[in-house]
Amino acid sequence: MSDIESSKSLVNDARPLRVDQEMARLSQDEKSLLVHRFHPDYKKEAYGTLQVGPNKGQTSVHEVIRLLEGKSQLATKTVSLTPTHEVDVLIVGGGGAGSTAALAAKAAGSKVLMATKLRLGDSNTVMAEGGMQVAVSPEDSPVRHFVDSFKGGQMANDRTLLKTLVEEGPSVAKWLIDNGVLFDREEDGNLSIRSGGGSSLPRLLRCKDYTGLELMRVLKDCVLNEEIEVLEFSPVLELLTDGEGTCTGAVLKNLDTDQLIIVQAKTVILSTGGIGRLHIQGFPTSNHYGATGDALSMAYRAGAELTLQDTFQYHPTGSVYPEAMAGLLVTEAIRSVGAHLLNVKGERFVFELETRDAVASAIIRECQEGRGVETPAGRKGVWLDMPLVDVLHGEGTLRERFPNMHRQFSKYQIDIEKEPVLIYPTLHYQNGGIKIDVDGESTLKNLYVAGEASGGIHGRNRLMGNSLLDIIVYGKRAGKAASKRATTSLSKSLSLKHLESFQAEQKAAGIVPEVLSPMLFPDYVNKD
Amino acid sequence: MNQKENPKDITVEISGKKYQVPEGLTMLQAMWHSGLELTRGVGCLGGICGACPAKYRTKEDTKIKTALACQTQVEDGMAFSLIASYYPNRKVTYQFPEMKDPKQDLFRHYPEAALCRNCDACTVACPKGIDVRTGVWKAVFGDFKEGAELFLSCVMCSLCVPVCIADIAPNQVGLFMRRAQGIFFEKKSPQLANRVDEIADGKYNAEWENLLSLPDDAIQVEPIS
Repeated sequence: MSDIESSKSLVNDARPLRVDQEMARLSQDEKSLLVHRFHPDYKKEAYGTLQVGPNKGQTSVHEVIRLLEGKSQLATKTVSLTPTHEVDVLIVGGGGAGSTAALAAKAAGSKVLMATKLRLGDSNTVMAEGGMQVAVSPEDSPVRHFVDSFKGGQMANDRTLLKTLVEEGPSVAKWLIDNGVLFDREEDGNLSIRSGGGSSLPRLLRCKDYTGLELMRVLKDCVLNEEIEVLEFSPVLELLTDGEGTCTGAVLKNLDTDQLIIVQAKTVILSTGGIGRLHIQGFPTSNHYGATGDALSMAYRAGAELTLQDTFQYHPTGSVYPEAMAGLLVTEAIRSVGAHLLNVKGERFVFELETRDAVASAIIRECQEGRGVETPAGRKGVWLDMPLVDVLHGEGTLRERFPNMHRQFSKYQIDIEKEPVLIYPTLHYQNGGIKIDVDGESTLKNLYVAGEASGGIHGRNRLMGNSLLDIIVYGKRAGKAASKRATTSLSKSLSLKHLESFQAEQKAAGIVPEVLSPMLFPDYVNKD
Repeated sequence: MNQKENPKDITVEISGKKYQVPEGLTMLQAMWHSGLELTRGVGCLGGICGACPAKYRTKEDTKIKTALACQTQVEDGMAFSLIASYYPNRKVTYQFPEMKDPKQDLFRHYPEAALCRNCDACTVACPKGIDVRTGVWKAVFGDFKEGAELFLSCVMCSLCVPVCIADIAPNQVGLFMRRAQGIFFEKKSPQLANRVDEIADGKYNAEWENLLSLPDDAIQVEPIS
């Protein structure tokens, strides 16, 4: 029997003994120690210092610094800035935040244009499995939701942003339901809620394990029914400004024809999502193919400040076997209904519902200290024992509540009802991003940001279910505020002066850009 | 790829050309391995966004099958092509708030839904294993609740559309039915309505004021009373 098979037998054999096993929660001090020793955010050699731009002197991972200090896709081009489109609000990115922002801006009376690198709806939103945190139960409150999120965020959250997030949760949940989102219900019509890591009460609304798909299907349908103009396969390459600190539009590229599109906009909303496809520190990712952090570099060059650009979420349970599924997420909800984590000896090593930073750190510790399991492709991982869920809640629970997960593994002849699967932390979320105020406006006037591209709401570690909430709450706020601003905005001059100054600053600092940014797509093509 | 062992090479045919690739790859990974760049036909890489519908045939099988290319492993002798997810089907625009009877309005917007001839090709084509044909009939008979459940995992890849001999876009019918079910027929949540009112009425204002006056370290979860 191979090492994998013998370790798997240990897990299977000990399952009945673990049914009632209690696992101590970490104290705040133990958790802090664990995270500082093993979390990738604290790996010094992975970090460098920004030499130029609004966050000069601050740190981030080398992959992000390379992008921020990269070479513009327009650097060697002569660009005619005669607008091909003139709109009130330009929305960049077609995921949940962008679609919500577009709907809000349209409802407020603006002429809206959406531009997206791939198709409308292609995003991390569609992949979200776990749910959306909203304090709806009588025992719960938005204040409690705030406290859980603040503790989970290592108290680095912007208090005003977080308060608004949790307070508007119930009203945006109602808005989604009024638009036909089918959250799981109890018999009496109340919303069915579940626990997530780091939450003191169950608070997750969900649609089985298809929550993001359900939200995105509905939002996309709303955008199409509102007949909002959408340019697909048209990423933004640079923002345009008036040269005096106000955003006035953007330069896009039609990927089918390579032609540039010049958009003059009274306000711009960036909602391009996260950075998983940068594979920070070599991690696999749970993210969409398009998650290359495009907004970060263009906003940074135009003068928008970043915040918490040094912290990332590594979701504890990314699949590592089979190789074709590497990086793909196994939802946290599976642990919230009782699945255990086990090392090579079949032993538990952490309370499974600690916050994501702590659970990921514990898994990395097990693997670094020789208690991990090695896959045939050379990856390391630990076991996630899903069959226990059926033991605890009755046969068929996994299939009923996690149909997507069941189906995905069964394609590779892995029956999650009978055997554990191998997992390891996967790069999942950009905790920080472009700094915003409570209306989603960045430090660059008339430039708004919504969703994962923004930073501050989640501190240094986002709680499960707060991202789907974020994109709707702040998508709406940014859309509404950008629309209102558009009625008073007068600046119309289109220039790339900010880019020239940024390039001059780079030159003065002796920086030779290593990559083109935004990078647009990860490079997976074999060049041999 | 993080390959420790050396898997053996197999031959696959991608859009009519033969390539040697290691076994164990998905269709999309096989394309990258073969030097093909992708902008269309790639999305979440997790089988949930519907960007990568493909048609394929395995060695010595007469049948042409459908798949999501990010979810399907290649095998020796397999031939496959990505198909654009832009089948020019009709996406009707509609406004639910203006509807009185969505079960009838379905026929106004998608009259072809009633013309299903039961061939079941849509169900066979669905890469998510949805019983699409039954779902369409549920819509036609006004059983929106069960129909909506059937379409839960629909990723809108459109593979069901070109195979329909009645020109129905079953995925669009399914989406209409799901949204209508949510808007018109689900029970309202009393707890949610109550919480929205409580917040609007300022029930938590004093608690907020107290909490936000505290230093970071003093912010603690109250025990549940």
